[in-house]
Parts: sequence; C-alpha cells; structure tokens
Amino acid sequence: MSQKVLLSSKEINIILHRLACQLLENHLNFKDTVLIGLQPRGIYLAVRLAKILKEDYGVDHIDLGFLDITFFRDDFRRGDKTLEANKTKIDFLVEDKNVVFIDDVLYTGRSINAALTAIQSFGRPKEVELLTLIDRRFSRHLPIQPNYRGRQVDAINGEKVKVMWEENDGEDVVYLVKT
Amino acid sequence: MSELSVNHLLGIKYLKESDIQLIFETADHFKEVLNRSIKKVPSLRDITIANIFFENSTRTRLSFELAEKRLSADVVNFSAGQSSVKKGETLIDTVNNILSMKVDMVVMRHPNPGAGIFLSKHVKSAIVNAGDGAHEHPTQALLDSYSIREKLGDVSGKNVLIVGDILHSRVALSNIFALKLQGANVKVCGPKTLMPKYIESLGVEVEPDLRKALNWCDVANMLRIQNERLDISYFPTTREYTQQYGVNKALLNSLDKEIVIMHPGPINRGVEITSDVADSKQSIILDQVENGVAIRMAVIYLLASKIK
Repeated sequence: MSQKVLLSSKEINIILHRLACQLLENHLNFKDTVLIGLQPRGIYLAVRLAKILKEDYGVDHIDLGFLDITFFRDDFRRGDKTLEANKTKIDFLVEDKNVVFIDDVLYTGRSINAALTAIQSFGRPKEVELLTLIDRRFSRHLPIQPNYRGRQVDAINGEKVKVMWEENDGEDVVYLVKT
Repeated sequence: MSELSVNHLLGIKYLKESDIQLIFETADHFKEVLNRSIKKVPSLRDITIANIFFENSTRTRLSFELAEKRLSADVVNFSAGQSSVKKGETLIDTVNNILSMKVDMVVMRHPNPGAGIFLSKHVKSAIVNAGDGAHEHPTQALLDSYSIREKLGDVSGKNVLIVGDILHSRVALSNIFALKLQGANVKVCGPKTLMPKYIESLGVEVEPDLRKALNWCDVANMLRIQNERLDISYFPTTREYTQQYGVNKALLNSLDKEIVIMHPGPINRGVEITSDVADSKQSIILDQVENGVAIRMAVIYLLASKIK
C-alpha cells in the first residue's frame, strides 16, 4: 500500500476560503440557506466552512445541520457488515430553504442520492446544492455533479481518497491511497 | 462490534451485553427518526415480515407493526383465532406455509414456552420472539431497560424492583436477565405463592415487604396480575393483594426518595397501581410504549441486516 499527498494543510486552507467565498457569492447573508454536513465525514468540512464564514466573512448566523443517510442507503444487506448509523442533528426546518449538502469526497454519487431522499423527511427544500472537497471524476454511477468543488481528482477504482481533518485525525491532509 | 451475535431474538438469555448496547445505540437513531415530520426510512423495502400471534396482544402487536412499517418492510398479519390452526394445522406447517410465500422474518407470540426456539431450529427465517408463554418477552425487557437508561442515564448500578406475579411473567424473567447483564441490582417482591422456586439462582433477592423494597429501589416495575394464567387461587382476594402489594400515591409520597414507576401494560388500575400513580410525574409508562417502537425498529433492522 502506498499513498501520496493530494492536498497539504496549506492548500486545504486556501481551498476552504475559496469555497466559503463561492458560497457567500451565491447566498449572501445565509438568511434562506442552510448548510447540511453529511455524516460521517462531511461534518468536519461543514463545521470548518461555517466557522470561516462567521469569523472571516462576518456572517452572523448560519443554520448548520448534520444528516445521517444510513437508513436511506441502497446497499442495505449487500455488504458483509451491518450499516452503522450516525447522529442526525437538524434543529430547523428546510421547507423552502436553499440547502447546501457538504461532503468530503464525491465518488459514485449514491450517498448524495440517499441524502436527497433523506432530506425530504425534514421538509421540501427550495433548492439543493452540493459542495465537495474532492470530486473523483469518471467514477459516477448516477448523474450527480457538485456545484462547488475543492479539487477534481482522477483516481481509478482500486485507489482511495482519504481526507483527514485536524480535529479528528490530527492534521489537515488529503491522501491518494493505492491498495 | 457493529453486528448482533445472534440471528434470531429468542430471549435475552441468548444475548451478550454488547448486543444490548448495540440495540440501544441503534434505537437512539430510530427515536430521532420517529420525531421527524416524516417518520419513515426505506431501509427494509425488500424485506417481508409476518406477525404471527397465537395469543392476544394490543400493544406489542401494534408496536411491532408500526416499527416494521416505519422501516418500509412489507407486513402480513396472522391471528390464530381466524386461521387454519383451528383446523388442526401444526405450528411448523403453519409457519412453513407462510414462509413459502417468501417471508424473510417472523415475529411470533405463542402461549407455549420455547415455541420461538423450536421454530428457529426448523424453519429458515429470522425469528423474533414477541412473548412465549411464561418464558421470555425480550423486546419488552429491552424497552424497559432503554427507558431506565433514558430516565436515569444508565442501567448499571441501579436498583430495580419487580413487583407482582413473577411466576407467570415472561416480562419479569426477560427483565431479570437484561438487568443483570447490564449490571443492575434486582429485587423482586410479591406473594410467596407467585415466586418461582429457583428465583434466587438468577442472582435476584426476594424482599417480601413492599415498603422496604420500594425504599431500596430507584425504579419499580409493577407487573400485572395475569388472571388468565392463574389456574388456581394464588392469593385470597384481589383486594388483599392490592393492600399488600399495590402502590398508591400515599405510599409513594411517604418514601425516602422519589422513585420511577414502570408498568408493562395493560394496567389493572386500582389493583397493582392506582390511577393517580399511573398518571403521576414519576410514572414513565407511556415513555415505555413510545420507546417500544424505536427498540423494535432497532431489533428488526439489526436482524434483517444479517439475512443474506
């Protein structure tokens, strides 16, 4: 197994600020916009972006939620292991809001497909957008594309993209792992 | 550990402590789902479940059916009263006939102890025991412990008292197994005639004096007097039972501390507990019913994920 660094901590920081600015450009004061981090790995990116928007760009209030899609996945009983759920925390209504899904890696698009179904349990959003740090090109199973992307990566199926966050893994870094 | 160690839920006796924790953690997620405006997830859309009830039930059956529907499973219901069982069909034949219609899981209540275990050895399907005679009622014990955990933070180290007909109660037996497995202290209280001979071998202490027992406990689980199972007279009169083993508000208020009151239902109001106790702030009886759906969703979800 070998791994190479796709993004360093410095690069991630620059990308996060760019993504924050792009969000700001489209959503201004975030009055009718909610950010939804997808469990389990999208929540770190969502929290980070919300923090940058508040601290560096003076947005005073952002609705930030976490959505777990385990029970909405289409691969129940297809793997060997029981799918383990994470916490969903959405303390606001998404009815008529602009929802931005935030996840670390966009791969087959199946998680996003599940998230699109899952979010309906919380109301009917006006619009749904997708933000991902890494967009793995040429690997989609469904017609789903991100509205905001950090970096596009060409990775073949045997390879894995690993996104590490300081608050959870000790450092900000993105690896391409060859198995 | 993210998988149950068993393929059927036949009784708490066959579970490990880690299984119980996994069920509770999964139930936490389902409880959140049940508080959404759309209380349904599509996980089990390719699973069919048969609810086979050879004995009457309101709460348990409704709770199982709701749990199954909230998980998007297809549900078929079967009551022995309206079936070919009356024509002399055997249990295995009945169930195999249902299974040949491609059913993946069977939830069964049966008056005979061990019916679920027997079935699990003879048919190819995941079996959930929804009560087998005076043996076990595992989902009730799980939801009872889950409700204690929710109210008091933890089950381990808590003093739990079970009052009433221990001899005929599958709820009592499953509760004792579940509580001991989680490290709670358990005492039982009730007429000597309704105590099983070997109760102490389960690691349970018998306390004949209700007031003493109530002063000891954090939680009192008041069982129903099951008149339908009392083939002979185990105590002189219902009135005398109530005087000795019934809990009323005056008794509750006279205790040293505030305890939690539980009841598996259906309540005989005025017999094991009075109405003002059942409806008091200390009672978590309706929370138990609410938690029942989340617990049953967790059990069904975890067992279904092992069906290949």
